[in-house]
Amino acid sequence: MSLVEISGLNVGYVRHRHIQPAVTGLDLTVGQGEVVAIVGESGSGKTTTGNALIGLLPSNGRITAGSILVDGVQTARANERTLRRLRGSTIGLIPQDPMVGLNPTKRIGAQIAEAVKLRGIGGPAVPRQVLDHLAQAGVPEPELRARQYPHELSGGLRQRVLIAIALAGRPKLIIADEPTSALDVTVQKRILDHLGGLVREQGISLLIITHDLAVAADRADRVVVMRQGRKVDEGDPATILTAPREGYTRQLIAAAPRLAHHGQLQAHFDVRDEPAPDPILTLTGVGKTFAVDDPRRGRRGFNALEDVSVTVPRGRTHALVGESGCGKTTTLRIALGLESATTGSVVLDGTEISGLSWRGMRPLRRKAQLVHQDPFATLDPKFTVRQSVTEPLVSFRIGDRRSREARARDLLDQVALPAAYLDRLPAELSGGQRQRVAIARALALEPRLLLLDEPVSALDVLVQEQILRLLADLQQRLGLSYLFVSHDLSVVAEIAHTVSVMNAGRVVEQGPVAQVFSDPRSTYTRELIDAVPGRRAAA
Amino acid sequence: MTAALVVAAEETVGEKPARRARAGVFARRPGFLLASLYVAFVVAVAFRPALFTGQDPYATDPAAAMRAPSAAHLFGTDIYGRDLWSRVLHGSPLTIKATLIALVIALIAGLGLGIVSGFFGGLTDSLLMRVIDVLLAIPGLLLALSIVTALGYGTIPVAVAVGVGIVPGFARTTRAEVLRVKTLPYVEAARAGGASWTRVLLRHILPNSWGPVAVLAVLDAGVAIIAIASLSFLGFGAAPPAAEWGTLIADGRNYLVTAWWLSLLPGLFVALLVLSLNHIAKTFQEVTP
Repeated sequence: MSLVEISGLNVGYVRHRHIQPAVTGLDLTVGQGEVVAIVGESGSGKTTTGNALIGLLPSNGRITAGSILVDGVQTARANERTLRRLRGSTIGLIPQDPMVGLNPTKRIGAQIAEAVKLRGIGGPAVPRQVLDHLAQAGVPEPELRARQYPHELSGGLRQRVLIAIALAGRPKLIIADEPTSALDVTVQKRILDHLGGLVREQGISLLIITHDLAVAADRADRVVVMRQGRKVDEGDPATILTAPREGYTRQLIAAAPRLAHHGQLQAHFDVRDEPAPDPILTLTGVGKTFAVDDPRRGRRGFNALEDVSVTVPRGRTHALVGESGCGKTTTLRIALGLESATTGSVVLDGTEISGLSWRGMRPLRRKAQLVHQDPFATLDPKFTVRQSVTEPLVSFRIGDRRSREARARDLLDQVALPAAYLDRLPAELSGGQRQRVAIARALALEPRLLLLDEPVSALDVLVQEQILRLLADLQQRLGLSYLFVSHDLSVVAEIAHTVSVMNAGRVVEQGPVAQVFSDPRSTYTRELIDAVPGRRAAA
Repeated sequence: MTAALVVAAEETVGEKPARRARAGVFARRPGFLLASLYVAFVVAVAFRPALFTGQDPYATDPAAAMRAPSAAHLFGTDIYGRDLWSRVLHGSPLTIKATLIALVIALIAGLGLGIVSGFFGGLTDSLLMRVIDVLLAIPGLLLALSIVTALGYGTIPVAVAVGVGIVPGFARTTRAEVLRVKTLPYVEAARAGGASWTRVLLRHILPNSWGPVAVLAVLDAGVAIIAIASLSFLGFGAAPPAAEWGTLIADGRNYLVTAWWLSLLPGLFVALLVLSLNHIAKTFQEVTP
């Protein structure tokens, strides 16, 4: 018998006295010791399914039909006492965001001890078990960590602590809801490898909920694809990847670059044998030191960047890749003059900009524009699309009312949005549409160079793919150059011509994407490439 | 291009105009509706008290002294036989007008201080906030009493006295909002788009930070009304026979057993106004994200 049996499950959310369905007619089983992955975009009902399973739906969530059997116990419409007995001991949960998943006021050890004590263990056995679980979850120096508070730990370590808490209840099933999407690729890989090993060793079933088909395909015995609350495809990863039955699954595969190219990170552009065009932006030996207040040693400098030299050729895309904290965003801000470099020179279209005042920099703003990462914060919530898009024109006093209106329509057309959207507020747009508006705004002044700070990392895979295509298309039509900052190597392989790999404030490798990704010289680059999910497609 | 347009239109969410939805949220709250109607009524009374009562607030009638509430005298009559309802209505202009002026003073000064403080930061911020701290340390009523004693009584002095007391709250709230909005990507995007700081301040930071300040303004209107009523209750009010909420309540204290309505009904009138304002502020807070 399977550990989890979901049949005909309907879940909805009550809004304005109507129930909006979130999951419809879902059948799903998870066998003993099996690893199942649910894949889908945001809004596909995958997290709702996980929450319904453990009885943790939000207060307006309703199970309207169907049954959920976990280890022979009905959890659909079960009362709180039944559910409480299951949680921890039968089902363990690894929450999505390790930064908020731990209680900041309690020591790590105490938080794990809570789960251990729930199993009915008391006395001196508890601390020993806590250390065991920490060690199992792959936390180095468990004695030290157990005495620390969450803020003293890195994101990856916190995620391991959350895994330890889930393991401490000795559950039969662990639900991992986007367990690593807040972490860097290399950390993500280590954690997923470790979790996979643990569940296989201990015979625990694992339900991974993820938006990333590549992650799912790498780790799961069985992949379930969901869309708009329904299961659209199911099967073992090899079958799903090589012979997807559904058009939607095929779309997902096509949107995940590494899966599409049979496990290879294949550069879309190969400029190895072409001469580089003259540069539009050149950073030479740029360094940046931030002053840090250290309570023990007083004020001191922190070197965010050291001797960074980057060149963006005209009409091409240069990517900066690296893990969080490696200085790639700082480099981009210096290139735009939003931050000043401590040392080195920045030449934008033939003009030295380091040391320029705001006023001196202003005319150069028309040549380089910025697109932010978070589509939800990049547009003023009180501005209509028209106001947002024409704002740079107003700032530079370009044109009159009528010509600006025409330009706004033009810009929306360029980013493939209908002109009817001009009167909308950001709240009425989806993430992808907001990012299109942000790109339109950046294009308003007809810049030669766009600086893109992780422009697609907050978007769903399919939308990501659309935005990347839009960017490539705009580059071709308008002859734009891009400086593209990203942590995602598969995205970089799709869009960039040349790349700089950064680590701890330094450039460790540089060159055409086709060369760097196929024949990395530095071990760090190799590590990054290995960590990109989607290897199973090679088999 | 057509294909791309279709794709882009497909990813739409939340097509419903947000503004209409928000108006609907207000309409569906009967408590909010009642509270707003009552506040509107009191404000109308403050500007045209004669519209709501035919009785003269100063006409004495010894024969009809200390009458309990009835159809002829809604709130009953006082010890000189004056109509209490009419006295309450005619007593509202000073309180309401002083409250409105106090709010304007607090809004302008508070918003100004908060914006300057949050926007420039550093030394300016430290200095301004220490001044605000000093103001916060003095009890509001004590401050108002001293100012009224110094300036004398009247709409403007009372407004200044109460307004100064509520400036710190506005300044603090505004500063926090400005600090939050200042670092958001859309402000940076506007700067990168060549907008000057003045433009960023007026077009982005101010519109996006005044929401909580507006809620605070409604809430502080209640605080101001209580403060003004307290001042006149303590004897810092208009001289007799002029009526005012605080003096009416104070005058009735000696007759609580024989004529309960003298203190209680004006008191309820004021309490209901303050509760209504609080309810409106709470609704705003719940509805605005």
